Amino acid sequence: MVLTGFFFYLFAAITVASAFLVIAARNPVHSVFFLILAFFNSAGLFMLVGAEFLALLLVVVYVGAVAVLFLFVVMMLDVDFAELRQGFLQYLPIGALIAVILVLELILVLGATAFDAEVALETGMPMPPIEEISNIEAIGLVLYTDYVYFFQAAGLVLLVAMVGAIVLTLRHREGIKRQDINVQNARTPDTSIEVVKVKSGQGL
Amino acid sequence: MEAFWDTYAWPFIIMVAQSLLLLVILLVTIAYILLADRKIWAAVQLRRGPNVVGPFGLLQSFADLLKFVLKEPVIPSGADKTVFILAPLVTVTLSLLAWAVIPVAEGWVISDINVGILYILAISSLGVYGVIMAGWASNSKYPFLGALRSAAQMVSYEVSIGFVIITVLLVVGSLNLSEIVLAQNTGIGTSLGLPPSFLDWHWLPLFPMFIVFFISALAETNRPPFDLPEAESELVAGFMVEYGSTPYMMFMLGEYVAIALMCSLTTILFLGGWLPIIDIPPLSWVPGIVWFALKSFGVFFMFAMVKAFVPRYRYDQLMRLGWKVFLPLSLAMVVIVAAVLQFAGLAP
Repeated sequence: MVLTGFFFYLFAAITVASAFLVIAARNPVHSVFFLILAFFNSAGLFMLVGAEFLALLLVVVYVGAVAVLFLFVVMMLDVDFAELRQGFLQYLPIGALIAVILVLELILVLGATAFDAEVALETGMPMPPIEEISNIEAIGLVLYTDYVYFFQAAGLVLLVAMVGAIVLTLRHREGIKRQDINVQNARTPDTSIEVVKVKSGQGL
Repeated sequence: MEAFWDTYAWPFIIMVAQSLLLLVILLVTIAYILLADRKIWAAVQLRRGPNVVGPFGLLQSFADLLKFVLKEPVIPSGADKTVFILAPLVTVTLSLLAWAVIPVAEGWVISDINVGILYILAISSLGVYGVIMAGWASNSKYPFLGALRSAAQMVSYEVSIGFVIITVLLVVGSLNLSEIVLAQNTGIGTSLGLPPSFLDWHWLPLFPMFIVFFISALAETNRPPFDLPEAESELVAGFMVEYGSTPYMMFMLGEYVAIALMCSLTTILFLGGWLPIIDIPPLSWVPGIVWFALKSFGVFFMFAMVKAFVPRYRYDQLMRLGWKVFLPLSLAMVVIVAAVLQFAGLAP
C-alpha cells in the first residue's frame, strides 16, 4: 500500500501541476503538451484504482486522437495569446462562477456518499471484485444490456456531430479532375488505344 | 526489513534485470535487421549492399552507430530547444515501452497484463507525438509538412488496425497476448482431426484481416510504400530534416524498434506466436523463442520486400486506401466475425 500511496501522490501532483501549466504556459503548443501530460497522469490514477480499461481508453482516445487534433489546430492557427490575455479580467467572474459551481457539485456528490450510507448504496456503483471478473467484462456486461439506450443515444450524438462537420465543410467545386480508380481499372486496350495507319511522310 | 526485500526489492531487481536483458537482445537484433533490410533491398536491385565493415558487412550497423554518436548534434537557432531534444527521446522511449508486454515464448514476458493488446494500441497511438514534436520544434517548412502528413497518416491507419485487433479479440475472447497465442493451438486444422499446425492460426479464418493488418502496419510505421512523412523527392527528409547525429539516430532506432514490434505483433495475432509450424516431434522440440524469432523475421522479410518492390503512394491514394477501403472492410469484418461466432455457437 505504501507504493500505491506514493504513486497516487506522484501522479496527482504531476496532473495538478501540468493542468496549471496548461493555462500558465506562454506558448499555446506547450499548453497542449502539458494537457497531454495531464491526461497521461490521470490515466495513471485510473490505473491505480484498478480501472485499467478506462485508463488505456483515456490514453487511446484522448491522448492518441483528440489531443493530436488539438495540436493540429493550435499549430496551424496563429493564436495570439497576448491578445487573448487582454480580456482576462473581463471573463474572470464567469470563470470563477463556473469553478465554484463545479466545486459545490463535487462536494455534494462526494459528501453525500461519505456521510450517508444509504445514499452511498443507491448512487455508488460498486465495482465488481477484480479477482472475479475483469474490467472489460464488467463494463461490457452492463453497457450493452442495462445502458444500451444511453449507449445508442451517445452514438447518435456523435453521428450528428460528424454529419454536421461534413455538411459545413463539404463543397462540390466545378471543373476539378478527380481520379476514379474503378474507371481506371476498367480501361482495356480496346477502349483506350486506337491503332492508326499513317502514310509515310504525312502526319496525322 | 525482510518483508521489504521480499515484497519490493527482489521483484524490482528481477524486473530490472529482465528488462535490461530484453533491451540488449532487442537492440542487437535491431542492428542486424537494419543490416538485413539493407541487404535484402540491395539484393532485389542486384547490388551487394553493405559489405565492407566486418565479414559480409556484419558490423556495418555498429560502425554507423559510432559515426552517429561521435558527430556533433546541431540545434537550429530558431528551434524550440526543449521540444527539439525531447522529440527523439519520446519516439525511442515509446517504441521500447511497448515491448514490455510482448510474449516471446510461453511465459517469457516481462509484464503479463490482462489488457496487453490495448496497452500496445495505446502506446503505439502515442508514437505520433515524437513526429509532431520534431516537425513543429524544428521551426522550418519541410519538417512541419512532413509532421502533418505523418500525423494524419498514423491516425488514419490506427483506426483500421484497431478494428482488425477487435476481430482477433472476438475470436479469442481475451486481451492477454499470451492467451491470444494459446488460442491458436486449436482451430480449423484440429477440427479436421489434424495435429495442431499452421492451419489453426488466425491468418486462415481471418484471412483478409491478416493482409489489412500487414498493410496498415506498413503505414503505421511509415515504411515504404507509405513513407510520405520522409518522402525525399518532395520533402527532403520530412520531419527529420533538421536532425543529425545522435538525435537522428534515435529516430532511426525508434522507427526500427516500432517495425520489429509490428512484425512480432503480426506473428502473435495471426501466425501463432511461439507455436511450432506442425506440432509433431522433430519440429515440436525446437524451443518456442526460435519459432517466434523465425516467424517475426519472416514478416520482416516481407516488410523489406515491399520496400524494394512497391513504388511510393501519392498522398490522396494513401488516404483513400485507409479511409475508403480498409475502414469499411475491417468494420464489415467485425460485424461478420461477430455474427458468425454468435450464430454458429463458436463464441468463446
